[in-house]
Amino acid sequence: MRHKGFGGSLKGWLYLLPALLFLGVFMVYPLIDVFVYSFEEGYNSASQTYFGVGTYNYAYVLRDPYFLQAVKNTFLLVVVTVPLSTGIALLISVGLHSIKPLRNFLQTVYFLPYVTNTLAVGMVFMILFKKTAYSDGLINLLVTRLGGNSVDFIDGPYWAKMFVLCFYTIWVVMPFKILILTSALASVDPVYYRAAQVDGTSKLRTFMRITLPMIAPMIFYLVITGFIGAFKAYSDVVALFGTNLNAAGMNTIVGYVYDMLYGDSGGYPSYASAAAIILFAIVFTITCINLLVSGRRLRR
Amino acid sequence: MDSVTCEKKIRSRQREYTPAVRVVTYALLGVWALIVLFPFYWMILTSLKSYSAYNGEYIPKLYTLSPTLQNYADAFTAVPLGRYLLNTLFFTVLTTVIMLAVIVLAAYAFARLEFRGKNAVFVLFLSMMMIPNELVVITNFITITDLDLRNSFTGLILPSVTSVFYLYLLKENFEQIPDNLYYAAKVDGTSDLKYLLRVMIPIAKPTLVTVTILKVIECWNSYVWPRLITDDERYFLVSNGIQEIRENGFGRENIPAMMAAVVVISVPLIVLFLLFRDKVMEGVSRGGTKG
Repeated sequence: MRHKGFGGSLKGWLYLLPALLFLGVFMVYPLIDVFVYSFEEGYNSASQTYFGVGTYNYAYVLRDPYFLQAVKNTFLLVVVTVPLSTGIALLISVGLHSIKPLRNFLQTVYFLPYVTNTLAVGMVFMILFKKTAYSDGLINLLVTRLGGNSVDFIDGPYWAKMFVLCFYTIWVVMPFKILILTSALASVDPVYYRAAQVDGTSKLRTFMRITLPMIAPMIFYLVITGFIGAFKAYSDVVALFGTNLNAAGMNTIVGYVYDMLYGDSGGYPSYASAAAIILFAIVFTITCINLLVSGRRLRR
Repeated sequence: MDSVTCEKKIRSRQREYTPAVRVVTYALLGVWALIVLFPFYWMILTSLKSYSAYNGEYIPKLYTLSPTLQNYADAFTAVPLGRYLLNTLFFTVLTTVIMLAVIVLAAYAFARLEFRGKNAVFVLFLSMMMIPNELVVITNFITITDLDLRNSFTGLILPSVTSVFYLYLLKENFEQIPDNLYYAAKVDGTSDLKYLLRVMIPIAKPTLVTVTILKVIECWNSYVWPRLITDDERYFLVSNGIQEIRENGFGRENIPAMMAAVVVISVPLIVLFLLFRDKVMEGVSRGGTKG
């Protein structure tokens, strides 16, 4: 017999109490509050006063060139890294799945970026790509060997900075994708492959007609989480270009939110809130579109 | 055709990869392994080069013949790296322990106890999983500032404790434990708390280990919240510490010492991973978020 009635009820709530407290204070209340902040115009964090209520904060953020730059950077990052990293991860996972020797070792190696500190390893990338008075850096050495012109990837032209950022982002997100895809590939029932082999189906056709449809749900899952993750890019950008991202022209939407909140350009929680809600709206919309598209594809 | 020859035929077809395909496969896998490992090699290599040797190389060398540990000594003496590490360790352990206590109790309530409003609260908890951290961090920043908890471990830890997803994982696991055990314990007059500690937790240990490892990784690498809430070096965690070292530490050009600090920061998690490889990978595939 289970506990019912008041005594049992009380006990249940008692066990839940710590979780409810933490969740209430640090998630539910802030969630409501962020909307409140975003509509309070001219909020002053020192005196905690504001002039009026309206959509001025949103209008300000949407006209702020720093925000527009951040949106552009973030979208570029998303559009480049999500398809590329998913594609490369798929290639590597299929390769990994088809070999026996070294498989375990390589899986361990490929997973390493996941357990490293993004800030710390980002600094290694910075050094590899940076051009200083003392040295062109290792990557530039490679570039010139291959007949190109050396370029400062960290303080140089926009495309070069974007390249490093995309490269590093892909490096960071690959372990998760390879892990998910290799376990998806391993879970395809070998019976299907046997049947295809009996029929003499070619490897490529087997892959396109059997493997791909079987792991499609996992690919869509990775695309969705990839979109969400890339839209929230921030600490890897700091690792490469330092904390003053607006000056570097490399800010992201999340970076804009934090810069508005804190630091030299900070003290504007209202603008930060408006920007955070815009980000949430973008991510939410794109996730919904993704779900709709993948739902239709999978049903077919 | 009998089944044995059929099986043989299939086997032989399974190995029909041409050598060319093999070479391409291994080349691809090798190149990616190189891309993954090279930054690690470079950080260790650079950390072993002396300051003058590093700056004297216009063309960086891929090896060093005179390794030195001086940079590691510098990393611990010229900047408070030891303090950053201790802070991070303290923060990680305390956050993880408090989180475990909170979610074990809540998961028990959801999985085992019956009370009015349970389902409604559970739906509320689940919906919180969809809320991105960026939305709540603004108010949390203001709350902690108003409470005068900036630059304190309380301020660092409290908002980092909530983890709805881990609670969910644990609750699922608790629910798999057969009801009979509970009724038997009840007949024996065991209290709920005792039952939770003596029976449920030992059975759910694998999930608890997974959750612990994931939370430890998360804490060790956390950057955004600590950066918002601390500007006093005495409370810096490693992520902020390394950023501080980069911007004001050894003087901008002492890259080898900086790399020594990077190595020291990276080693604990890599060791943890190599020790618990399967646990970590299983946990991440169930509940990983990075990527």
